[in-house]
Amino acid sequence: MNRRVTNNIATSVFVLCAVIMVATLIYLLGYILTNGLAEINWSFLSSNSSSFQAGGGIKNQLWNSFYILVMTMIFSVPLGVLGGIYLAEYSKPGKITNIIRTSVEVLSSLPSIVVGMFGLLVFVQYVGLGYSIIAGALALTVFNLPVIVRVTEDSIRSVPLRQKNASLALGITHWHTVKTVLVPAAFPGILTGVILSAGRVFGEAAALLFTAGLSSPNLNFNSWNPFNTTSPLNPFRSAETLSVHIWKVNSQGIMPDVLEIANGSAAVLIIFVLIFNLSARIIGGLIFSKISGKK
Amino acid sequence: MSNSSQTTASKAAQPHRLIKSKNGSVKRNELRGKILVYFCAILIIVATLAITLFLTLKGLQSFVLNDVNVIKFITGMVWSPSGEGDFTYGAFPFIFGSFAITFLAALFAAPLGIGSAIFMTEIAKKWGQKVLQPVIEILVGIPSVVYGLIGLTVIVPIIRNHSSGVGFSLLAGMIVVGVMILPTVTSISADALKSIPSDIKDASYGLGATRWQTIYKVILPAALPSLATAVVLGMARAFGEALAVQMVIGNSKAMPEGITDQAATLTSIITLSMGHTTYGSVHNNLLWSLGLILLVMSYVFIIIIRLISSRRKV
Repeated sequence: MNRRVTNNIATSVFVLCAVIMVATLIYLLGYILTNGLAEINWSFLSSNSSSFQAGGGIKNQLWNSFYILVMTMIFSVPLGVLGGIYLAEYSKPGKITNIIRTSVEVLSSLPSIVVGMFGLLVFVQYVGLGYSIIAGALALTVFNLPVIVRVTEDSIRSVPLRQKNASLALGITHWHTVKTVLVPAAFPGILTGVILSAGRVFGEAAALLFTAGLSSPNLNFNSWNPFNTTSPLNPFRSAETLSVHIWKVNSQGIMPDVLEIANGSAAVLIIFVLIFNLSARIIGGLIFSKISGKK
Repeated sequence: MSNSSQTTASKAAQPHRLIKSKNGSVKRNELRGKILVYFCAILIIVATLAITLFLTLKGLQSFVLNDVNVIKFITGMVWSPSGEGDFTYGAFPFIFGSFAITFLAALFAAPLGIGSAIFMTEIAKKWGQKVLQPVIEILVGIPSVVYGLIGLTVIVPIIRNHSSGVGFSLLAGMIVVGVMILPTVTSISADALKSIPSDIKDASYGLGATRWQTIYKVILPAALPSLATAVVLGMARAFGEALAVQMVIGNSKAMPEGITDQAATLTSIITLSMGHTTYGSVHNNLLWSLGLILLVMSYVFIIIIRLISSRRKV
């Protein structure tokens, strides 16, 4: 065969691969949004879920998803950022740094269901938290920590060395340089990474099945005392999140409108994940142009 | 107001104070920062060790406390850990199912992913990147339950209509998991292809080679170890994927006889049974042993990736 012909065939195969990938995404989003948006209305978003009748909503699941997300971020962002600072600034080549790098690698490659099993064993059983928001958030912290560590390390390493040296040359100490020069300069990168990871945490379900539980009490949105069992703020109650809800209605649901609930919930989930994705891009871009002065 | 003016004043005075640290507060600050950072670094090690230790000890309980035979557990074909009659604990069908899904998904995702990566890096360098990068990011961001839901409502019915089976099958799992690992394989492959020095490409083009000849004879061999890493990382993700697989694979406890047959994986059995078994019972302990296999396999995948990348340096 002529080598030009082969070349053209090969090129079209590669183009086809890319087209398949883009088409898959368009199909997925189109399918979820066309099937799901029709189900979303105010009563779907604002009513309690039902266990066997039609017409259940997702109010509590949506709240739980956000509550667990916020709590996970409160735990994992400081720990992850400090861990990333260690790897970028304080680590010396050697055994300990190797062990930490391997640990981050192990943590990030653990299947989320294994993280969930660890949460069940340690937080739910040994610590005795039971199926609770806090156990779920701790499990998701394990899941999210390596992501934040990596993002922070990369962002700090990409700060020009001149900036750090200028600060050190002024007699400013190392930690103070980290705090006032490196972290602010790396902030856009860290923030973008954190928002993207928030999207991942928001949609995670396998790690929550055995830690935050498969059920949620009907919350009373007038009671904001965190110690009340039906208070939305109570961190020790079991909490089914939106993504767990999708899984549960599909595998155990006996309501007549399982498919409608699942489609509606999936659309809500996808919309939030898209919002996280978009805002990460927009915020990252805005801060970048502000800092670098480029338009 | 007075508060904010104070902080600006102290900020302005800081460099001065830093140099002439009379009261040692700078040293203390420095130490505090160091302690914080080291504490978090150690916490990462502790978390990894804790996960490994706790899950290993718990996973070994069924063999130590309940006298389950390890060999029979791994090679046995029949799984009936509760109910009437003789209990047998053969997990081979699930181990087989997990590996089958992993390899089938890689078979699906590797050519597509590497092909798309070549498109991004060699064919449409500028706009290919601009279009595919967000596509990859959004595909990664779609939660696994949503993939499972689409598999359940779209792919399973299609397979049901075109085969003798019920639709829930290895094939459905392969497609769902294949699409899920596609963005991972693509983005890591693209990074690998981008890092190939352009000198060797230019040399190939300079000799009059076509683009395909350059890709096939120069770029792919040079990038092979990194592309293998991309595929193995995707496989590691496929092996541990739980909910999406569980929703489409049918969770039959027998060995699948064909690709359109129902099957089960380690993750799908754990997902299904963990909530229905009593903590501490033999059945429950066996689920932790299945979890131990998952844990061991994620270490194995890391070792494979290390081996591949150590070959790259030679």
